[in-house]
Amino acid sequence: MSGHHDDRSGHHDDRNGFNAAKIRWFESLLEENGLLAPGEVDDFLASYLKQANPNNGARIVARAWIDPAFRERLVADAPNAIRELKLVDPSDGEVTEEQHLKVVSNSPGKHNMIVCTLCSCYPLWLLGPSPSWYKNPWYRAEAVRNPRGVLREFGFEIPEPTEITVWDASSEMRYMVLPERPEGTDGMSEEELAELVTRNGLIGVAPH
Amino acid sequence: MTEHKFSPGTRVQVARKDPYHHTRVPAYVRGATGVIKSYDGSFNLADLVAQGIPCTPEPVYCVQFEAQDLFGDGSHAITVNIWESSLSEEDKK
Repeated sequence: MSGHHDDRSGHHDDRNGFNAAKIRWFESLLEENGLLAPGEVDDFLASYLKQANPNNGARIVARAWIDPAFRERLVADAPNAIRELKLVDPSDGEVTEEQHLKVVSNSPGKHNMIVCTLCSCYPLWLLGPSPSWYKNPWYRAEAVRNPRGVLREFGFEIPEPTEITVWDASSEMRYMVLPERPEGTDGMSEEELAELVTRNGLIGVAPH
Repeated sequence: MTEHKFSPGTRVQVARKDPYHHTRVPAYVRGATGVIKSYDGSFNLADLVAQGIPCTPEPVYCVQFEAQDLFGDGSHAITVNIWESSLSEEDKK
């Protein structure tokens, strides 16, 4: 079992190495021909990543926890509901047209988690860069095959009657989990609630 | 909204194929039967885009599968986004 996955992971790493070398070569060609300033790509990535982080997702979740009407709008039409929060989207200040997002909500007896079995798709600007385990072939294979076992690895036990749905992001659609509001947080402000939300909670591998 | 063939609740079968080119139909659902959960909009078929073949947007659905049907065990459900051309209405045998 593990041998099988290791083989695939080895293959994947070789391919990644090859692609990385190819991209560096393209980049240097573009720079030599004056089409790209040295370091331009790195600067672009750095400024994008500065704004793409899980605080965006956390703010959305905190608002949904305190405002049931927002929660309803969020689950029905996430890109539109999210505009209300005026988050800064690193691409152009708005949710981009190609950013198709579904927010899947946990509730008593229902748990959601997300995966991209084909690569590592997820809503980058709401969750920040994906953790390395999210891109790992083991997570991608096991999340669909045995989600309870995967969650146990994260120290997150989901009792059997709870229904688990795993969302495989195989097209342009991206998914974010709306975790349940933790017990004992009644008096908390929206900002305090946002502090409780983790990237793992937004992927569905932690309670919140 | 582009015209689309399937409505929520319809049981559909995923095409059984293993092309040499890029495909967004994950191997673990090929040939499997699932239920349409929603129509999620129309998008260029990634399988063609990856080959540089011009194409027009095609309906994409969220299809729900039961772990039991895919793997023979497990109590969870899995949803996969699948382009219309890889789906057909389940044969009523």
